[in-house]
Amino acid sequence: MSFPDRKETEVRRMLEGPHPVLPPDLAGRATERGRRMLRRHQAVRTIGWLLLFAAVVAFAVWAAIVEPWTAPPPTDTTPPLEGW
Amino acid sequence: MVRERRAARDGRRAREFEVFVAGAGGRLLHAAALLTGEPTGDTEAAERLLTAALARTYARWDRLRGEDPYDHTRRTLAALFAHRGHRYRHPRGGLLARLTPQERLVLVLRLYEGIAEEQTAAALGLPVERVRAICTRAVTAMRSATPRRGAAGRPPSARRPPSAGTSPSTGTPASAGARTGAGTGAGTGTGAGAGAGTGAGAGTGAGTGVVP
Repeated sequence: MSFPDRKETEVRRMLEGPHPVLPPDLAGRATERGRRMLRRHQAVRTIGWLLLFAAVVAFAVWAAIVEPWTAPPPTDTTPPLEGW
Repeated sequence: MVRERRAARDGRRAREFEVFVAGAGGRLLHAAALLTGEPTGDTEAAERLLTAALARTYARWDRLRGEDPYDHTRRTLAALFAHRGHRYRHPRGGLLARLTPQERLVLVLRLYEGIAEEQTAAALGLPVERVRAICTRAVTAMRSATPRRGAAGRPPSARRPPSAGTSPSTGTPASAGARTGAGTGAGTGTGAGAGAGTGAGAGTGAGTGVVP
C-alpha cells in the first residue's frame, strides 16, 4: 500500500516544479473577454424576452380581433346532397 | 439609478476578480502549462487556455453563489483542455511532454490539484477504475522518465525542458532533494504564497463537494 503512495508522492514533488511567471496583462485580458461574454449573454437574454413579449402581444391582438371563441359551433350533419 | 447600480457591481466584480487572479493565477498557469506540455519559460498556449477559462469565470462571477472561483476555473480549464485535447498532442517540451493529453489531464487533476479519484472520474466522464489505471500508467511513465542513480550511463532520452534538465545531470542520490528545494524556492514570493493558500482552500472545497 505504501509503495504506490511513495511513487505518487515522488511524481507530486516533480509536478511542484518552478512556476511560470504570470504575465501582468493576463487578468486584464481575461476581464475584457469575460465582460464581452457577459454583455453578449445579456443581449441574448434581452432579445429573448422582447421576442416573448412581442409574441404575447401579437396573440392578444389577434384574439381580440378575431374572437375565435364566438364562432358558431360546427354542425353535426352534412348538408343534403341534391341534383346529383 | 439602475445604471449606477450596474456600474458599481461591475467595479466590484472587476476588483474581486483582479485580486483572485493575482492570488491564484500563478498556480493555475502552472497547471495549464503542465497540461499543454510547455516549458516554464514559454507558456503561450497555456496562457491562452487560462485566459479562456478565467473569462468564463468572470462572466459567471455574480452567479457563483458561494462556489469557490478557483474550483470553477479549474473545472473550466479541465473541460476546455479535454475539449481541445487534440491540439496539444504534440507538446513542445515541459515536464509531462512524454504523456498523452488524457494522461496529463488525469495526472494534473489527481496529483497536482489533489482531487479525489471519484470526483476526477465524474468530471471527466470516465469510470473510476479507468482513472486509476490512467493515473498508475502516467506515474510509471513519469518515474521511468526520470534518470535516477545508477542510470548515469543511460542516454538522456527524456525530452525534458532545459530548466528541469539541469538537476538530472548531477545524477547523485541527493538530486531529488535538491530538486524539491529548488522547486519550492524558485517560485515568486507573492504568487506562490497566495496560490498555495487558495489551493488549500480549494482542496477542502473539493473534498466536501460543492457547498451552496
